[in-house]
Amino acid sequence: MSIYSDSFAAAFGLLATADSDLMEILYLSINVSLLSLALSCSIGLPIGAILAIRQFHGRDALVGIFNALMGLPPVVVGLLVYLHLSRSGPFGWLGLLYTPQAMVIAQMILITPIIIALSCQVLEDMHEGYKDFFDSLVVPKLAALVAYIVDARYSLMTVVLAGFGRAVSEVGAVIIVGGNIDHLTRVMTTAIALETSKGELELALALGFVLLSISLAVNFLAQWLKASAKRRAYV
Amino acid sequence: MSDIANLALNCLLPITVDSLSLALNDRVVIDRITCQIKGNGITAIMGPNGAGKSLFLRCLHGLVKPDSGQVRFAGKPPSQAIRQRQSMVFQAPTILRRTVLANLLFVARQRGVSNPQTSRDCLAQLRLDHLAEHPARLLSGGEKQRLALARALIIKPAILFLDEPTSNLDPTSVETIETNLQMVSRQGTKIILVTHDLGQAKRLAGDVLFLNHGSLSEHNPATSFFKNPDSKAAKTYLAGNLVL
Amino acid sequence: MLKYKIFAIFCTTFLTGNAVAENTILVQSTTSTKNSGLYDHILPLVKQETGVTVYVVAVGTGAAIKNAMNCDGDVLLVHSRKLEDQFVASGYSKKRYDVMYNDFIIVGPNDDPAGIAEMNDAVAALKKIAVTESRFTSRGDDSGTHGKERSLWKRTGVNQDASSGSWYLETGSGMGATLNTAVGTEAYTLSDRSSWEVHANKSDFKVMVEGDKRLFNPYGVMLIDPVRCPSVNSNGGKAFIDWLISKNGQQAIARFKVAGKQMFFPNAQ
Repeated sequence: MSIYSDSFAAAFGLLATADSDLMEILYLSINVSLLSLALSCSIGLPIGAILAIRQFHGRDALVGIFNALMGLPPVVVGLLVYLHLSRSGPFGWLGLLYTPQAMVIAQMILITPIIIALSCQVLEDMHEGYKDFFDSLVVPKLAALVAYIVDARYSLMTVVLAGFGRAVSEVGAVIIVGGNIDHLTRVMTTAIALETSKGELELALALGFVLLSISLAVNFLAQWLKASAKRRAYV
Repeated sequence: MSDIANLALNCLLPITVDSLSLALNDRVVIDRITCQIKGNGITAIMGPNGAGKSLFLRCLHGLVKPDSGQVRFAGKPPSQAIRQRQSMVFQAPTILRRTVLANLLFVARQRGVSNPQTSRDCLAQLRLDHLAEHPARLLSGGEKQRLALARALIIKPAILFLDEPTSNLDPTSVETIETNLQMVSRQGTKIILVTHDLGQAKRLAGDVLFLNHGSLSEHNPATSFFKNPDSKAAKTYLAGNLVL
Repeated sequence: MLKYKIFAIFCTTFLTGNAVAENTILVQSTTSTKNSGLYDHILPLVKQETGVTVYVVAVGTGAAIKNAMNCDGDVLLVHSRKLEDQFVASGYSKKRYDVMYNDFIIVGPNDDPAGIAEMNDAVAALKKIAVTESRFTSRGDDSGTHGKERSLWKRTGVNQDASSGSWYLETGSGMGATLNTAVGTEAYTLSDRSSWEVHANKSDFKVMVEGDKRLFNPYGVMLIDPVRCPSVNSNGGKAFIDWLISKNGQQAIARFKVAGKQMFFPNAQ
């Protein structure tokens, strides 16, 4: 099918000429996704770690809830964030609707459960192996958490990548809370939705190729890091 | 160094065990053990499989809470402060996903004794100095166990617990480990060792606790234990027969 | 160190780069105006002549009005006379201004299974589509276009909803997505002229029906009432509306062309 080759050529052309509109959209996409990822990790990793090492009443139910929340539909999240950030909603006074910040909030809600649920699994395994040694050594809880996260760093990298993948590829939430406003809140996915709605299918697919190539580059880098870690038995 | 000097050094002795009992899944695994472990040197805990040796060791170290009875160190009940003055080497050591040196430093930092020179010396002591920057999880079984011992020794424990530390290891590693145990024992560290290796117990132990079916069959000086054990179970065990 | 630096840059970008700057307004508008490229044509002129930076959220007229009722925006520019009058009557805006108009058209595949090509009676054409049970895609999203389509069906006396899912297909999506669906399923559809002209994925589709005066498509603009919605930037909004209905604004709208054709016809009073 020539649509593939045409779109691929168009994608290459856009990247090769560093098309300024594309660069702006790309920059915002990556910025929004990385910031929401950073915030999600700073919330999600400690929660995942606590769930992994602490036994308390309702802990299993919480883990179940976070596992279920991994499948949160983006449009639902978008709608909820819209209702809260709308001028008529409880946080309307912040004036955040239709800003990149609103998109960060929506993506955080989408990916924090992923970070929590997956890191909890990784750290649970880590805890199983290290528990007796750390007990014997009387390692304080906080130092143990840090050690788990440090030692699980390569497995956690996969967790973080899963979060990034979800954030950067999601459209349903950011189009509602961001509004797909040109030069303000337009990101790769909403641009693809827009071009599709204009019937510019070739350009839409070209943008899709660009998005895909970013994901590929990030994942190859991670794969390479992980492979080198594996050679040192750090995974 | 005389015994009196050693006793003065070791503030966690004697270890008094009073009617210690533990049941797991409704099965009694430690059955009213009472004993007193005093004097420096190396105490071996022996007994057939399933006698409760490892669990008893974990109870002493405080990793497992007994159902009843108690352990006291120089008259004091177990506490975190006391456990911080003890080390334990497990049969299958947990190796951190870091270099050999970083493994050692992690432990040292927990006690605020991370001195690069001491760490290097400690590695040299266990013939691991050439592997300092090596990823620790790539070590052989013997090297891993030597690293585990190095980690246990870097904090200069008053009591060192070892759970079958040399089973299935290469002879040179066994020799290095035993030499180090004898050395630290002479320097005042009390060593309590679970072992199946009769030769090792004969080489190292000053006294022997013999456990069978969760209870203490006898506690005697090593020389008399190996020459003429009190209990029938120990006799059978030493003769190399199955203890049923 | 580099890591922290990058993180700090992200944070400052996001915590300081607030969109609600002094001379900025948000217009709740429709995909038909946005996708045509009209805003790309006039907004630089607005900025130049009034100093106001305009951001546009493009959704269906129904959604735009709902967003405006939630105070999420400063100005409403849509095309559904009935809903606009309701909006004003309910006190969400003091006044509606005429801005411009164009027309709706019915497009369909070259095969023309219903035989409606070159008709100029939209109601009769829809009736023929229903009788031949030719596929027809509807926006189904409470947009201005959807409202117009339903009012036309009403005049035919056909109960098209009863055939929803067989030949009458409701996409629940924007104009572009609905045109894509129509092209993909060889179905007729009602579109505003500008959306159709700029739509790239036309396949062998053609304009079938045009020129019926019932296909008139007027756009109105309203300032969201700053008493009702204190967040509204009324100075910026007024400046934008005043410019749109001024001689300069009206001329700029008339000058906007796609493929040599004028897309919108100014009609401010």
